[in-house]
Amino acid sequence: MSSTTTSKWERRLLSGVQNGRVALAEHEAQWGPLPTTGGADLLAQVQASGLLGRGGAGFPAGRKMLTVAVGGGKTVVVANGAEGEPASAKDRMLLTRAPHLVLDGIQLAARIVGATEAYLVVHAGSRSTDAVYVAMSERRNRVPVQLRELPTAYVASEESAVVHWLNGGDAKPTFTPPRPFERGVHGRPTLVHNVETLAHVATIARHGSDWFRATGDADEPGTLLVTVTCDGVPGQVAEVPTGTPIGDILTRAGIEPGDTDAVLVGGYFGTWLPADLAAQLPLSHHALRAAGGGLGAGVLVALPAGRCGIRETARVAAYLAAHNAGQCGPCLNGLPAIAGALQRLCTGEWDDRWWPALERWMSVVPGRGACRHPDGAVRFIASGLSVFAADLAAHRAGRPCAGVTQPAFLPLPAATSRPSWR
Amino acid sequence: MRIRINPIECQAHGICAEMLPEWIDVDEWGYPILDGEELPAQLVAHAKRAAKACPTLAVILSGR
Repeated sequence: MSSTTTSKWERRLLSGVQNGRVALAEHEAQWGPLPTTGGADLLAQVQASGLLGRGGAGFPAGRKMLTVAVGGGKTVVVANGAEGEPASAKDRMLLTRAPHLVLDGIQLAARIVGATEAYLVVHAGSRSTDAVYVAMSERRNRVPVQLRELPTAYVASEESAVVHWLNGGDAKPTFTPPRPFERGVHGRPTLVHNVETLAHVATIARHGSDWFRATGDADEPGTLLVTVTCDGVPGQVAEVPTGTPIGDILTRAGIEPGDTDAVLVGGYFGTWLPADLAAQLPLSHHALRAAGGGLGAGVLVALPAGRCGIRETARVAAYLAAHNAGQCGPCLNGLPAIAGALQRLCTGEWDDRWWPALERWMSVVPGRGACRHPDGAVRFIASGLSVFAADLAAHRAGRPCAGVTQPAFLPLPAATSRPSWR
Repeated sequence: MRIRINPIECQAHGICAEMLPEWIDVDEWGYPILDGEELPAQLVAHAKRAAKACPTLAVILSGR
């Protein structure tokens, strides 16, 4: 991962990052000490900033904080840095290089919602763990923060799963309501924010909402960490203003027009888009939704020309099927069925009389789980079948394209690794 | 009245679909597919019976 890039874009979260971790002294030299602003004023700043959550859903960060704060009483803050998305590296990079911004954000969020305890959750075995431990040893936190390592299953970092696990259960999503803001860790109202969201809160508390809004898309302001993967270069992290055309980001990452025919936007709950369409789209939730996609947590993967998109989609489908939480019937039966059909499309063992069954599963599986895993998985798969329609036609006719013999491309954990939930 | 299924509790017994076929179908694995969340008034009594009969109490009714 090349984690620092020289950029024409204004860098904020990464502006102090050279190589290695930003120590507390450097952090305070750049940003100043933790502001002493009261919780109500901080909340007003975050709301006025228009900051949207950076975990994928893009919900207004201030509104989520308000929902937890209005309940009164003791609350809990959970900083979610578990980053279950295999093609995303931005949270690990942020925690490894600029952990004090996140730790500041946790303290400020705790002040806003009246929290008396906080958790920072990272992926088990993540190399960000050491950096966070060192950073935590450098500072005194008014609200104690516990660092916890979450199991590595794909849906384990979904917020209700994180809360269930912190309460002693498996890291599996729970039926809602109650949502974490109503009843979360230890039964208390719980704010779950992505670590990048909290880092932005730390900058807003220093510089104010007008400063935050001065860059990026008017409706979704600020900067955003993205993870770009292209041929031979996995997981480049860059900080870009929201609204930047995706084509500019790919160009900066070294991807030339013609290198790629399709771009995966938003990760494995995201969508494939034709490269020429993706290049023109601004990096924002509203623009990508309007184009039938989604920004997710800022993942961009440029599929090299000549690869088989159907085969790549099938590989990820198998991964997502294996990582269902095993709780909800439509998902635990439907995703393996869909993934199995895609697998046969790639191996040439396909009989086109199965096509209506695949179409039916794709229509009945979404919307019927406790979490959005089946919805996200099917959206991703459907986009692959649509964008790679020409390849699909060849596969269905029993002529899998030449790309199926190419090495696998999309990043996935080792095929032997089973999801773990504890 | 609103009707939902708690998909974690549901074990595909299929009793809800038998007692409320006007609103509930099952997929090929036996799990219920609802026509929607807002239940027509004339089905409320049937829905209440179906909720009571579910062995895992996975049929969730709310509102009036």
